[in-house]
Amino acid sequence: MRIANIVELGIKELWGLARDPVMLILIVYSFTLQIYTASSAQPESLNNAAIAVVDEDQSPVSSRILTAFYPPYFVTPKLVSQYDMDRRMDAGLDTFVLDIPPDFQRDLLAGRSPTIQLNIDATRMTQAFTGGNYVQSIVSGQVSEFLQGYRGESELPVDLVLRSRFNQELDKGWFGAINEVISAVTMLSIILTGAALIREREHGTIEHLLAMPVTPVEIMLSKIWSMGLVVLVATIVSIVVVVQGVLHVPVQGSLALFLLGAALQLFATTCIGISLAVVAGTMPQFGLLLILILLPLQVLSGGMTPRESMPEIIQNIMLIAPNTHFVILAQAVLFRGAGLSVVWPQLVALLTIGGVLFVFSLQRFRTFLR
Amino acid sequence: MTGPDLDGQTEGAEPRPNVVTLAGVSLRYGKTQALRDVTLDIPAGCMVGLIGPDGVGKSSLLSLVAGVHVMQSGKVQVLGGDIASRRHRDLICPRIAYMPQGLGKNLYPTLSVTENVDFFARLFGQDRDERKRRIDDLLRRTGLSPFPDRPAGKLSGGMKQKLGLCCALVHDPDLLILDEPTTGVDPLSRRQFWELIDHIRSDRPAMSVIVATAYMEEAERFDWLVAMDGGRVLATGSPAELLAKTQTKNLDAAFVALLPEEKRQGHETLVIPPRVEADGQDEIAIEAENLTMRFGDFTAVDTVSFRIRKGEIFGFLGSNGCGKTTTMKMLTGLLAATEGTARLFGNPVDPKDMDVRRKVGYMSQAFSLYSELTVRQNLDLHARLFRMEPDRIGPRIEEMLKRFDLTQVVDSLPDALPLGIRQRLSLAVAMIHGPDILILDEPTSGVDPVARDGFWQILADLSRKDNVTIFVSTHFMNEAELCDRISLMHAGKVLVSDTPKAIIEQRQAATLEEAFIAHLEEAIGQTATAAQPQAVVDPAAESEIAEPSATPAGRPPFFDIRRMLAYSQREALELKRDPIRATLAIIGSVILMFVIGYGINLDVDNLTYAVLDRDDTTVSRDYALQIAGSRYFIEKPPIRDYQDLDQRMRSGELSLAIEIPPGFGRDVARGQGPVEIAAWIDGAMPTRAETVRGYVQGIHSAWLTQKTRELKGDAATKGDFNLAIRYRYNPSIESLIAMVPAVIPLLLMMIPAMLTALSVVREKELGSILNFYATPVTRLEFLLGKQFPYIVLAILNYLMLVAFAVFVFRVPLTGSFLALTVAAVLYVLSSTAMGLLISSFIKSQIAAIFATALITLIPAVQYSGMIDPVSSLQGGGALIGQIYPTTYFVTIARGTFSKALDFGDLAGSFLPLLLAVPVLLGLGTILLKKQAS
Repeated sequence: MRIANIVELGIKELWGLARDPVMLILIVYSFTLQIYTASSAQPESLNNAAIAVVDEDQSPVSSRILTAFYPPYFVTPKLVSQYDMDRRMDAGLDTFVLDIPPDFQRDLLAGRSPTIQLNIDATRMTQAFTGGNYVQSIVSGQVSEFLQGYRGESELPVDLVLRSRFNQELDKGWFGAINEVISAVTMLSIILTGAALIREREHGTIEHLLAMPVTPVEIMLSKIWSMGLVVLVATIVSIVVVVQGVLHVPVQGSLALFLLGAALQLFATTCIGISLAVVAGTMPQFGLLLILILLPLQVLSGGMTPRESMPEIIQNIMLIAPNTHFVILAQAVLFRGAGLSVVWPQLVALLTIGGVLFVFSLQRFRTFLR
Repeated sequence: MTGPDLDGQTEGAEPRPNVVTLAGVSLRYGKTQALRDVTLDIPAGCMVGLIGPDGVGKSSLLSLVAGVHVMQSGKVQVLGGDIASRRHRDLICPRIAYMPQGLGKNLYPTLSVTENVDFFARLFGQDRDERKRRIDDLLRRTGLSPFPDRPAGKLSGGMKQKLGLCCALVHDPDLLILDEPTTGVDPLSRRQFWELIDHIRSDRPAMSVIVATAYMEEAERFDWLVAMDGGRVLATGSPAELLAKTQTKNLDAAFVALLPEEKRQGHETLVIPPRVEADGQDEIAIEAENLTMRFGDFTAVDTVSFRIRKGEIFGFLGSNGCGKTTTMKMLTGLLAATEGTARLFGNPVDPKDMDVRRKVGYMSQAFSLYSELTVRQNLDLHARLFRMEPDRIGPRIEEMLKRFDLTQVVDSLPDALPLGIRQRLSLAVAMIHGPDILILDEPTSGVDPVARDGFWQILADLSRKDNVTIFVSTHFMNEAELCDRISLMHAGKVLVSDTPKAIIEQRQAATLEEAFIAHLEEAIGQTATAAQPQAVVDPAAESEIAEPSATPAGRPPFFDIRRMLAYSQREALELKRDPIRATLAIIGSVILMFVIGYGINLDVDNLTYAVLDRDDTTVSRDYALQIAGSRYFIEKPPIRDYQDLDQRMRSGELSLAIEIPPGFGRDVARGQGPVEIAAWIDGAMPTRAETVRGYVQGIHSAWLTQKTRELKGDAATKGDFNLAIRYRYNPSIESLIAMVPAVIPLLLMMIPAMLTALSVVREKELGSILNFYATPVTRLEFLLGKQFPYIVLAILNYLMLVAFAVFVFRVPLTGSFLALTVAAVLYVLSSTAMGLLISSFIKSQIAAIFATALITLIPAVQYSGMIDPVSSLQGGGALIGQIYPTTYFVTIARGTFSKALDFGDLAGSFLPLLLAVPVLLGLGTILLKKQAS
């Protein structure tokens, strides 16, 4: 193995990319606009939740409850009839519908404990939980405020002071932005290396290379470093300019540590790209395999939904995926300001996964060249 | 036509009607000027040859005449009308046949011989009986009848071209346009090809044929010639007229004489001095001993042996696919021989031995240098890879540039250069490290006579002056004659190996070509008649093609279902021949559904927490116990102090930390307030934090109620009112029920879009898109035809996914299956149309994969209501969500699966889906070009 060969061949890859404007545009797009749109589209924990009210009481209490829901958490509630309620929920127009029964206020004041019904569209799981809690506490708050003066203080004086660490406002955009960067890193590095390899074979240049004093390891390493470098540079630009600059996401920890993680992640994903190319052989098959790999990586690595809630078996399977470790690392470093002492297991895991994939793809690569 | 006569143009004796006239036609690709102000009249009813080297504009001219390329300036009249007019193109398209350059370029390699011809016949709207009759007839005439079921990709070069001709002739064209049909074909097949054309012409004398060729000996038999160079017409006339005008004996010489002065400069008749047998020259440079290569049960190279002395030029002749390239690859170590040995300078070839490679320069058949690097960068890269010393590289590159005359183009990209120069560059690259052996695989294929002579002059110098051993394969007989010795190869075997002169004498032939053909015919006779049938026409079959054309005159219909189905059928066949693709699509989507359905779990549980209890009384422990009792939380060892808390939260070990202040128990008992319990939540992942907050608040208030009751009696907590929560549609709030119906739309978007997009872009990249340009298929027919098989595949996919959802995941389908299915059909129509739209503006497969992933994956996952409802999205994401079809199919899927809905309830979501299909298809149709540009 000669370092000089690896360097030369890698530079060749960079030239090739530099002369392909479509790819450049797509790279720039996925690391800038794409991240910006995805991050700013992320709703607040509860944003404009669709709510409607069936007010069968028409009393001061019911109107008090009605006016307590307002943007940005909820849309201004629509007053609907009981008949409309079912129809609107079926059509997915409302996520929450409150049904205040007739004579609610009278029964309340008489101590007859009337019941308000809250209907939740449970197919919208994300809002069903959090929104349900909000609605519950808003309604209770309004009712008890109304009742004050009618009754003395009887509650225990214990308050729960809740504080969110690392992201006080629970701004989903922050996390969305980072998650998007991770997706872009994965997608690009796999496509760039894999497709570069298939293209080289379809155009017959790989054969030419092999007639020269160049070994398969050198060819592979050259693609890994060059494409990895491109994505790494794009990542830096995107974190510094888009995430920190435009989206104003505060980065707590060390950027250098994050980038070290990113480099190891790239090592692993570029190896995935080569493995896929070697297994697929043709572009259409590569495209399909890509979806098959990319989707679970994106959805199950813990970036979209919390890892600990996944079934045990999926959690274990996903430990093989580099993304899982990279997401953990990125969260810890960027948001919680964790240092090397905390994230070293992830770094080791990434290195191991990358190493195994490298050996695998190298072996397949030799047969691929035959 | 009004065009002025070109200088020296001699008109034919009697005026003939013109089939094609060009006036002031120019064409440029980027910086390259392919045609410069060409004015030309081409007579009808005869065989017209365009002669001239590669890159002089022959192909450009033909593609303009065939109407497959967009006109830029000037005027081209074909069959009595302006080809720039779309109306006229539609009208005459069925009367033109166009066979593009490149072996089997317009064929579909996985389709069989019959299927290929059948596809073209369908495009011209022939019915079943007519197709069968014509195909049988054409296959018999071309000698392809014995293997109607062989895939086109497995035919030899000559057979591919004959099949291409069948495809072109299936609709009885009035104008046949052939772009270098015999380049890369062996002499015997070439001869058979022209005999075939002659017979067809004798049947249909009115047919005009325009042929581009680089073989001057072929051109001698044409009726009328157009000599071209540098995008201009040099001269026109019959071969005899051209010879007379230039006072030369053969067309090669005539062409050189016609060239402008500056191009002729330096050209002299090539003479290679005889080899001088000096001491040490008997050293054997290359030796092959019983080399054999088998791929499966196919023997590509069969016990080939030869010895080549140092400094010798050794020629290798044979048809395409006869094993020349494989032999060369074994010599370079690219392929390991199945049997036998190859030696270079006495050392066995070992693929792992890097030193051997440095002694060899290899130039592969296709131009395989990096088109993204400039000439200098290519030379520099190779010099470095061959480990030349850095200070020697610069001077060596200069030397090569000078020697191979590349100084002018040193900073150009290879794609912008004519083929002849590219081949010189390839040779320069192969020579950069000063190898002792050069292995050249058809280095001059498609290069013009002048450039070829120049190229061979360099070879001669290398051999005679530098004593480099040269092993070269070629199709050109005049090149073979320049070699010291040649081998004829056929079907993996060497037929004869000797000096050219000896071979001619041994066969008592007039020329080397005749000797070669004699050898070939003998070999074919030996290896059973089935291997290569005679192309001689069966006289009994001759009359049939001559009957009047069945193609109706007049403007073809705007939309013809038969043509659309022709494309569908072909696409379906290709899909069938590539089972991996279809299997991946169907099995893959089920796997993905499984993974995502189980994986995306929105019930947040198994949350880790720990308590920092500064009170440590029964009351505080009771509080902590309350959380431990929740099914959502998992307790971790207690927190020791703030530093411990900080460290454990940073590492992500704890999602929640609770701090109970000192004196908590006492204060609660006394009812003294306010007492504050502090809870820290890890906010790094906001959705999770939000849920944790809800849980903690719930647990806290439950504890309060319980405690109040204990301390103050039941009366105090008697509820003011109750809030009854009904979780509708999914009472147990299971993620699976929420997610599975949303995963189906996601998968039905990405996979069909990817497959459809690639199916079109692949045709663009591999060149078969030319068939779409050159046949009467309309854009809509083309797109719908390609879309159809993928729609069927996607519907199959949909059925699989629904079955999986219902029977494996046990997600009940409570609503109308019919409504869901109708919506699914509409939806896959739009997802495949999305693929077509992507393909209409993208040229390379990589970019198509990338763009499809970008355009489908992200909007479908993030903006279509799968996780967050579209109504709560903001900005650009919300806009995408509102127009993206997935949004509406998610609503329908959830509605029919969980909400027991039917058509009526979901009308609002069907409408956008209905709209999406024509919009996407319309955009795709508009953006797709019916001509190359």
